[in-house]
Amino acid sequence: MIKIKAKNVDVFYGKKQALYNIGLDIEENQVTALIGPSGCGKSTFLRCLNRMNDVIDICSVKGEILINDFNINDKSCDVVRLREKIGMVFQKPNPFPKTVYENISYGPTIHGMAQSKQEMDEIVETSLKKAALWEEVKDRLHEAGTGLSGGQQQRLCIARAISVRPEVILMDEPCSALDPIATAQIEELIDELKKEHTIIIVTHSMAQAARVSQNTGFFHLGHLIEHGSTDKIFKNPDNTKTQDYITGRFG
Amino acid sequence: MNLILFTFIVLLGFTSYYFGRKKAYTIQSSNKRLTALPQFYGYYLAIWCAIPAFIIFSLWAIFEPTIVKLLVLSDYSNQGYLDDELNLIYEKTKSLSRGQFTGEITPFIEASAEKYLSLRSIAQSSKAVIVLSIIIASVAYAYKRISSNSRTREPVEKFLNAVLFTASLAAILTTVGIVFSLIFQTIDFFKVIPLFDFVFGTHWYPAKAFVRDSSEALDPSMYSDTFGAVPIFAGTFFIAFIAMCVAIPIGLMSGIYLAEYASSKVRQYAKPLIEILAGIPTVVYGFFAALTVGPFLKELGTSMGLEVSAESALAAGGVMGIMIIPFISSLSDDVITSVPQSLRDGSYAMGATKSETIKRVIFPAALPGIVGSILLGVSRAIGETMIVVMASGLAANLTLNPLESTSTITAQIVVILIGDQAFGDPKTQAAFALGMSLFLVTLCLNIVALRVVKKYREKYE
Repeated sequence: MIKIKAKNVDVFYGKKQALYNIGLDIEENQVTALIGPSGCGKSTFLRCLNRMNDVIDICSVKGEILINDFNINDKSCDVVRLREKIGMVFQKPNPFPKTVYENISYGPTIHGMAQSKQEMDEIVETSLKKAALWEEVKDRLHEAGTGLSGGQQQRLCIARAISVRPEVILMDEPCSALDPIATAQIEELIDELKKEHTIIIVTHSMAQAARVSQNTGFFHLGHLIEHGSTDKIFKNPDNTKTQDYITGRFG
Repeated sequence: MNLILFTFIVLLGFTSYYFGRKKAYTIQSSNKRLTALPQFYGYYLAIWCAIPAFIIFSLWAIFEPTIVKLLVLSDYSNQGYLDDELNLIYEKTKSLSRGQFTGEITPFIEASAEKYLSLRSIAQSSKAVIVLSIIIASVAYAYKRISSNSRTREPVEKFLNAVLFTASLAAILTTVGIVFSLIFQTIDFFKVIPLFDFVFGTHWYPAKAFVRDSSEALDPSMYSDTFGAVPIFAGTFFIAFIAMCVAIPIGLMSGIYLAEYASSKVRQYAKPLIEILAGIPTVVYGFFAALTVGPFLKELGTSMGLEVSAESALAAGGVMGIMIIPFISSLSDDVITSVPQSLRDGSYAMGATKSETIKRVIFPAALPGIVGSILLGVSRAIGETMIVVMASGLAANLTLNPLESTSTITAQIVVILIGDQAFGDPKTQAAFALGMSLFLVTLCLNIVALRVVKKYREKYE
């Protein structure tokens, strides 16, 4: 089933065009990887999906992005509700300078999802369990989240993102600041999370894309060159550029 | 004379730098590797020029006057003069040699003045000769010593280290000196006035001490009920409190606006405009408070049936608050701006609105810096002088009514030390005691500020 449908998306930073006429369908409860060389626009596209580009003054987005058949670029779209539905995990772990508990309870609090302390405790526990972090932090819930290791911080950020039960989770190179062991943990986690969430992950690592994703889109210089099932993109791409990138001839 | 000599030494310094570097280039051109960049060889020689010069100049400054004095006064020895008389003769000699002597000129004094002058000129020229020859000798020695494998970088770095250390030492020693100058006068003050009366007395009226007969000056019972500092401490904190009531909300909100809401264009103009407030001399704020705000408040109060003094704590505190706004707004703006964008992104991506993000993420993260800026503002408010002198009145009333006039520590110090004062008089020493207490208060404030900042740092980083 199609969860997100992007049609004719153009993005401009001031006068400079960053994305050209992107059209991409994203399947529900699957992992879609966006790959491509640096500066190709894959992160920009990812940020279109929860309207994070709004934060950048000079950035403007044109075209339609339909999530559950609703155009999020429409004026009637409430960005706060949208971002509640579409969670995001960033390249560098960015836990808030608060305790582990407060990091998780942040989203549910601002969206009024818990009526009591008990409910909140439950949300925090389930989120941390889903992010495979509970065992490591259950005794230090009230210590600073910034005191965790890099891999733990990133899983904390994932737990924070799933605490508001989003339908989609966007991941912008979530493992690029982590060591191989932490990376393996997160990849395992992604596989687990796709049961309940639709996941879109931007990655620089081809191997990671091949390992975690079912579908892959290849971006180059602001164009979506090719997209399809990960198997096909990696084994038998239609486009020679894709072939070259995947075999490591450029990028 | 000294100036010419100094210029000459500086020129010598440059020349030795040049020669040092040149020698390094020569070594380099003969295909030998140097142990440091050629400049270091130059600096090394320049230091060999500067250090001896500095040592000789200091020695000269220390010993020349003593030796000249001994030589001049040697004519008078064995004539039965007392030390004090000899000192007087020497002072007369010196002023005569400067042509400033107004009394009766005796041939004796004239002779010693001539001797003094000739000794001085001998001292000057011998200083020049000695300095220059030693410098040249030391530079020549160092020049001969440097070779491809001599160490030049390390001594130069060490020298820089020492220079920087001296600079910071100068600042610290000045502080220590100021504290000591306060301490001794303060101790003298408390010999006459009991500490208890000063700290807990509620009546401050130093003018009463001034009119007393000097024979009674050291009789403590005469000063009872004169130097009770409670009213002025209360006034100080009260006015500072009013000032912070104005400055914290406005400063903080404008800081948040500038950092988070203002477009880059607004920010570009608004920030310098707010900072202009910080550039206004406090004396201008003072007459703004005394001549504009004070009378305005009085009129406003009268029209509402309130009794308002023309010199009210409210006027002084309010204007002081305006003065402090830019400190708080500018500093908190800087702190908020330096909160990493990734935290904002993280919060927005959770679906938080701008105000939620500011309230729950950015503000806590920036809190140490904000607290620091507020405490900085408080110590400004407590130490501020001109506005309170002009606008809050000089009579030390013990009151918590903002519409009445009160006085502050700083204003009282000004009142006491303006015009003629006698040293050793409790009234004058009271100013030092006040200065000391002010210093202690701001010191405590700074310590608390550092503690608070450190505590939050530990929690958040």
